[in-house]
Amino acid sequence: MRDLLPKTAPPTADKRWRIVDTAMKRNGYAPDGLIETLHAIQETFGYLDEPSMRYVASSLRVPLSKVYGVATFYHHFQLKPQGEHSCVVCLGTACYIKGSSNLLEAVRTRFGIRSGETTPNNKLSLLTARCVGSCSLAPVSVLDGQTLPHLSPEELVEAICALDDTEEAAQ
Amino acid sequence: MNLEELESTAAHERELCAGQKCRLRVCTGTGCASAGSDRLTQALRERAKERGMEGEVTVTEVGCLGLCAEGPLVKVDATDTLYQNVAPNLADNVLDSLTGEAAGITICNEKQPFFARQNRVVLENAGHIESDRIESYIARDGYRALLHVLAEMSPADVVAAITQSGLRGRGGAGYPTGLKWSTVAKANGPRKFVVCNGDEGDPGAFMDRSVMEDDPHRVLEGMAIAAYAVGASHGYIYVRAEYPRAIKRLKTAISRAERQGLLGSSIAGTSFSFSIDLRVGAGAFVCGEETALIASVQGNRGTPRPRPPYPAMSGLWGCPTLINNVETLGSIAPIIRCGAPWYAEIGTEKSHGTKVFCLTGAIKNTGLIEVPMGITLREIVFDIGGGIPNGGKFKAVQTGGPSGGCIPEQYLDMPVDYESLREVGSIMGSGGMIVMDETSCMVDVARFFMEFCMSESCGKCIPCRVGTAEMYKLLTRIATGAATMNDLSKLEELCSMVRETSLCGLGQSAPNPVVSTLRYFRDEYLAHVQERVCPAGVCPMTARKGVATHA
Amino acid sequence: MPETLTNTEVVTLTINGQEVSARTDETIMEVAEEQGIRIPALCHISGLSDVGACRLCVVEIQGSPRLQPACVTRVSEGMTVTTHNDRLKAHRRTIVEMLFAERNHVCSVCVSNGHCDLQNLAVECGMQEVTLPYLAPSLQVDASHKRFVMDPNRCVMCTRCVRVCDEIEGAHTWDIMGRGVDSRVITDLGKPWGESDTCTSCGKCVQVCPTGALFEKGVSVAEMTKRRQFLPYLKTMREVQK
Repeated sequence: MRDLLPKTAPPTADKRWRIVDTAMKRNGYAPDGLIETLHAIQETFGYLDEPSMRYVASSLRVPLSKVYGVATFYHHFQLKPQGEHSCVVCLGTACYIKGSSNLLEAVRTRFGIRSGETTPNNKLSLLTARCVGSCSLAPVSVLDGQTLPHLSPEELVEAICALDDTEEAAQ
Repeated sequence: MNLEELESTAAHERELCAGQKCRLRVCTGTGCASAGSDRLTQALRERAKERGMEGEVTVTEVGCLGLCAEGPLVKVDATDTLYQNVAPNLADNVLDSLTGEAAGITICNEKQPFFARQNRVVLENAGHIESDRIESYIARDGYRALLHVLAEMSPADVVAAITQSGLRGRGGAGYPTGLKWSTVAKANGPRKFVVCNGDEGDPGAFMDRSVMEDDPHRVLEGMAIAAYAVGASHGYIYVRAEYPRAIKRLKTAISRAERQGLLGSSIAGTSFSFSIDLRVGAGAFVCGEETALIASVQGNRGTPRPRPPYPAMSGLWGCPTLINNVETLGSIAPIIRCGAPWYAEIGTEKSHGTKVFCLTGAIKNTGLIEVPMGITLREIVFDIGGGIPNGGKFKAVQTGGPSGGCIPEQYLDMPVDYESLREVGSIMGSGGMIVMDETSCMVDVARFFMEFCMSESCGKCIPCRVGTAEMYKLLTRIATGAATMNDLSKLEELCSMVRETSLCGLGQSAPNPVVSTLRYFRDEYLAHVQERVCPAGVCPMTARKGVATHA
Repeated sequence: MPETLTNTEVVTLTINGQEVSARTDETIMEVAEEQGIRIPALCHISGLSDVGACRLCVVEIQGSPRLQPACVTRVSEGMTVTTHNDRLKAHRRTIVEMLFAERNHVCSVCVSNGHCDLQNLAVECGMQEVTLPYLAPSLQVDASHKRFVMDPNRCVMCTRCVRVCDEIEGAHTWDIMGRGVDSRVITDLGKPWGESDTCTSCGKCVQVCPTGALFEKGVSVAEMTKRRQFLPYLKTMREVQK
């Protein structure tokens, strides 16, 4: 039945849409593959923009408002482009009682961004996590996928500055 | 794969290990990995090659050895020695120790209570097996329980064995697992499902992460046994997106098990078929709630719905669905292998078996521990945990995450089981145990958890959506020194109201951290409100003295 | 959503001390209504599916440790239900108070003044004043639609609009975005209502909205009465389908 319906074309000619199509196909284009598909888009393109959400909605036959509702319900999904580098400060209990709010404050002072924001030059995004599950190393932050243990605010700022070019982000 | 083939694989793998003259096991659990164990493995391999020890030394990457505080850890099987704090530049020292004296590296005393007091059932393989190799799991009796069940037991026998073992849900509430299984087994439906809840969202807990990363096949085996017992042919593992390594390893494990015929159609030549799909969560604590998890697996917003009907009767796509947490499923294989009476022996009268805890916070030996139920908090904190570092004084231990409470010093000698913890206003929860010393302010801790519940509330029901925000606002007033006694009594009213009227467990238990801190540390609240001081010096107390600003 | 029960039977239960008989496919709410007992409710509206979200209809059931929502709880043999007592009254009052504190509900300037379900509930539950701190974020009014206006400041998140649009009109223009206290009703991809490709302008959402959050353009204070005459037909239609 579904094969008889006209297929929606991807929003752009970008070859990477194949990855997204594969994810939808794996679930038989069933509406319950929505979250899996959104994951695939975010992994491929970094965030969910309007054309991609429209594409998913029409491919899986899910209402637009539902796609938007799901994308905004889950905090993992980003609706805006992210910076080149990401810094995730863990705000789990163990990290919190060991002073992770000071880490956030240090990044804010140095780079002028709060949680969920990206520097104007798109170099650095600051995010927070509920718990990254590395509680024995508290307080931790995850910088571009690498877990940094037992951080002091100074060490975190230093580590961020050590990433190429982020120094300019401060200006 | 049938039992004979399984045994020959196991024997072959054991031979292989025995043939390795010198086996080095490097811990690659999260703690040690962040402390540089990946680089250490590489260094060990390179140096061994350069020193011509390649044929003798085998470097294997294993799961968590437990004592995260002293990572990276390396276990040398030939000399039966555990080394701690082995930085990557100490690779040569480890290799030196194989032939002569160990110099420049610290030996970790495995006789210390941290190791000696543990009883590892779920974590029995952690630190021993290579998680990406199914043979490694099979060599340690893996999948033996599944094949035994398929060959020798009827589904009803399996349910009876689990019931007899006294196992209770390790996700928090402690619902008897056998009872849940028998409900699903009896339920009528065209299809049935088994779901593994790996949405470990409690801040300060990483037990399930360790099990999924270090011993993924254990979870798969538990699910397959559960599926056989209840009559399901398909299962889902729901894992948090925050655990990329667990996702990767589970994916590998599923495909390896399928290739060996231990998952998929006609397992071990029987008529039993069972396949597993992975579903990745997307950052919503509430999805740990059963009905919300079901909504999420079906691609919807993770909002809970009123129960009944319970998922056991009407879950995924309206079909009977068994939902168990990772640790619960991880206990199944040992129970079948060693027998229900053996498991029922461990622990207390009402809480049987062992429980994995994550010991973190103001404590010397942070890490992952597995202890028999009924052990006292004092033993956990002071013997296993090594007490409070830097001469600090114990103040409270928080269990159960945002749904639990803070337990003060006077209950340190209380046995740890479901009922005792509930009695003192906390819960077992998934196993986070955060120790706090005098530098922690209880109002601040309560406010931290309330902020958590507020932003994790799905927003469906009014008491939780608005109630958590209101309680957070009142706690902020208290923490800034802007509160009146009226605000404090309003807070207490809201606690009981939100608890009684909320739709799901998240809302019903959201007031717990406030209620328990009010119960044991009321004087701290009073100091904030009446004297406008934070005794621990944590809260900002920025409101001007005597001016109750309406924040 | 409760599943459809195939084999219904007649049972006897007690509501507020009064013995009544009912079918097992009926909810406590329905049985109480037949008995002339009104249980306060907000998200429940006859003709739409029930979600058990507002918690105003929670009742005490003997032997149950928790309060249960009357709108989705089916009756069973020997059930003993209490729909009104001091404890439930206090809870209901607090729930209404929470709604008033959550957003900006100033009746005197509202189009629905005098015809508002929330206002009526406040009277029914005896809410006299708001003792909780106001959260009241300032939200943008959406007047982009040619016939209707959406004022999120008066929204109580009952999701009636979402359900009527999905279940009856079949357009599913409305849904909820975000979560917790930050959740909002939205149309399509969170864009202004007037730009929606899917909205059929049928206006059912406006009619089922309990407050002045959704209203017709051109009405002034207290002029917006909701026409819900179509709802009983829906209920009958659903029962026939069952």
